[in-house]
Amino acid sequence: MLKFILRRIGASALVLLGASLLVYVLTINSGDPLKDLRESNDPNRATLIAERIARMRLDDPWYERYWDWLKGVGGCFTGNCDLGVTVNGIDVATLTQQAASSTLRLVTVATLLAIFVGIALGILTAIRQYSGFDYTITFSAFLFFSLPVFWAATLLKEYAAIQYNNWIAVGQYAPWTIVIVAVLAAFVLQAVLGGTTKRRLITAAAVFGFVTVVLFVFNALDWWRNPMFGIGGVLLVSAAAGVLVTALVAGVRNRRALYAAFTTAVVGVAAYWLTAPFLVNQPSWLLLAGLFVVAVVVSVAIGAAWGGYARKQSMLVTGITGVITSLMVVADILIAHWASFLSVKSRPISTIGSQTPNFTGGFWEQVLDLGTQILLPTILLTLVSVASYSRYTRSSMLETLNQDYVRTARSKGLSEREVIVKHAFRNALIPITTIIAFDFAGIIGGAIITEQVFGWKGMGALFQDGLNAVDPAPVMAFFLVTGVAAVVMNLVADIAYAALDPRIRR
Amino acid sequence: MSDIRNSNPGGEDYEPQISASGVDAVGLAAGGSADPLPGEDKSYSQGQLVARRFFRHRAAVTSMIVLGIIIVVAFTSIGVGSIPGWWPKDYTLQYDKIGDGAPTWAYPFGQDTGGKDYFALVMRGTQFSLIIAFAVGIISTVVGTLIGALAGFYRGWLESILMRMTDVFIVIPLLVIAAVLGKTASGWGILGLALVLGLVTWTGLARLVRGEVLSLRERDFVLAAQAVGTSPWRIISRHVLPNAVGVIIVSATLSISSAILLETSLSFLGFGVQPPDTSLGTLISEYQAAFATRPWLFWWPGLMILTIALCVNFIGDGLRDAFDPRQNRTKD
Repeated sequence: MLKFILRRIGASALVLLGASLLVYVLTINSGDPLKDLRESNDPNRATLIAERIARMRLDDPWYERYWDWLKGVGGCFTGNCDLGVTVNGIDVATLTQQAASSTLRLVTVATLLAIFVGIALGILTAIRQYSGFDYTITFSAFLFFSLPVFWAATLLKEYAAIQYNNWIAVGQYAPWTIVIVAVLAAFVLQAVLGGTTKRRLITAAAVFGFVTVVLFVFNALDWWRNPMFGIGGVLLVSAAAGVLVTALVAGVRNRRALYAAFTTAVVGVAAYWLTAPFLVNQPSWLLLAGLFVVAVVVSVAIGAAWGGYARKQSMLVTGITGVITSLMVVADILIAHWASFLSVKSRPISTIGSQTPNFTGGFWEQVLDLGTQILLPTILLTLVSVASYSRYTRSSMLETLNQDYVRTARSKGLSEREVIVKHAFRNALIPITTIIAFDFAGIIGGAIITEQVFGWKGMGALFQDGLNAVDPAPVMAFFLVTGVAAVVMNLVADIAYAALDPRIRR
Repeated sequence: MSDIRNSNPGGEDYEPQISASGVDAVGLAAGGSADPLPGEDKSYSQGQLVARRFFRHRAAVTSMIVLGIIIVVAFTSIGVGSIPGWWPKDYTLQYDKIGDGAPTWAYPFGQDTGGKDYFALVMRGTQFSLIIAFAVGIISTVVGTLIGALAGFYRGWLESILMRMTDVFIVIPLLVIAAVLGKTASGWGILGLALVLGLVTWTGLARLVRGEVLSLRERDFVLAAQAVGTSPWRIISRHVLPNAVGVIIVSATLSISSAILLETSLSFLGFGVQPPDTSLGTLISEYQAAFATRPWLFWWPGLMILTIALCVNFIGDGLRDAFDPRQNRTKD
């Protein structure tokens, strides 16, 4: 396995080297780096041109410049990166550090969301093939990957951000809006849950009643402007998540796993109650990360303690429940800070930039600020990837559901959950891993457009400005980040592959 | 599944006849099982089978009609080059503005800020975008098929070189290499742009075709052809590629839709079509600031891109189901 990985890394490095040479040569030949100076009427034009030629070393042959760039990159292994300077003499390594953090944040969040939503939708549509739900998702998927991102971004700015900001100033739903939302929710859920006509009608009626009551209560409490969740809410949602995870991983009849999940939820909420003073008043990213690690370790330990005959399954169940509980805790704190966030920033969802300049507020308000800024670009990037992931998952699931071993599994009396999760889904994941890894570079490319539309000063801007100025250093920096990210993702896919498919583990 | 199977006598590609219930593909409006089962006493050629399956896919057929209308209107309305069209207004002339230029009967798509007829402008953008998309589709299909077939058939050092080259192109994000090359080629007119875009989008197809050829070259009919001394070139062109035609056609179709999105994105970023030429992407980038005041300037080109890409994707889906109907048999 180690040999296999090392060989892959070696091959990837060679490919990256070739690609970097290609990009370098193409970039420096893509135009005239002195164009803006040649057209200017500056009296000291000649000195400016001479200066730029000296700075960009335009008199040196291209291979010497490329070799020096390569030596600078090689310095990264010893800790002193030199990625060259831009046309204006700014150090590209520092620029890249600033730009990469916001871009990678965006891309990572979008990828993770897209994987979860896309795979879930793909499985659901495969199980309910040829249902109304399947057709709706199929059509939406086609719509989303036919969508010009830059066009959809402007629509999203107008209809999601500006309209929401206008609405949140009042924060009340009109009665007829509530009815429409409730009808839609009822319609969607009955389509997803399916069953006989009677069961569908009961589902729809229950959802309609629930949504209507909740929305009217929220209106009365002015919830949208002063939202709260409370420790009881965290407990309720975590326990529900525990049941769901158990149902998917081990089946609710496995009581040990179920009780382990409940224990995790209760312990998590108790820990929240204990640590709340620190979390709310003196938060930091380090504290959050530390508590998260502790939470996961404790949850897995609970699973191991409860597990008995089903130790492995219980540990998986409690681990996932623990992660969900931690997320719910953070969500609870964030929701509680929404009112104070609104008082600092009355139009919460902005359409420009990766963070509000000169934002004053506590730690949690700043987190909310980052969240509202990242919201729209993430939605956009996610939609496109969800469309393709759900289609690939669907076809891959249909393929495996058709296999003989699935029929065997059914005929020996396994539950439908076990057939789908263990036999069909695990095998369907193999091709999906490759596609997701392959798609990652594409998402970063898509981020160029998204960043341009939303005015982020990220890698996309670095690339675009560099290319406009025929300046190889920033373009190569962009390529370096995306290329390394692509190689790393492919490596992760290879390892996941080996975990999923024992045949290639040799 | 139905028992009615009309095999292709003597062909090595035994293809089961699909029953009416299994044919309707992932299209939106399933159904159409009313017509009688395909004639039991008649046999169909491979092409006929594919065509029958395709025409049962309602979404694909509808998309083909819509796309056909768009193409015809885009090319006949304002004419091509020096040939005049039936639309009375010109995209270069500025007319008197009616009100703020909102769509009227005389100007169905409205007028832009300077009073130009927006219908004519959008049609011109559509023409250019369509030409680029189809040219890219053809070029990338030819290059991808050639590289994939050579690599898969000859193996050895040729395969290593070609596939490493493909890897090099794949590791560069598509938008990056397209932008760099597009900037270089933007001075060469739209066909130059189409050429360079075609030269960077073949990678996926090359891998697909190679995989297909790798399995086909081990089949007995290739061995038989080699045994009677057929030249490698003839084996590839007459025996191997015709059996991989499904993969190639589907991929070619889908590459057209991704080409139209790629070209419009590049033009939007400013690395694609350059003025005085115009494409749907440049129209959007030019008028995106006008969204709040003149939304129609923004809506039409975007809807045009969306419609074309959507139609092409549905046609591709229909073709995939027609060539490879295995996926639609899970439940029957």
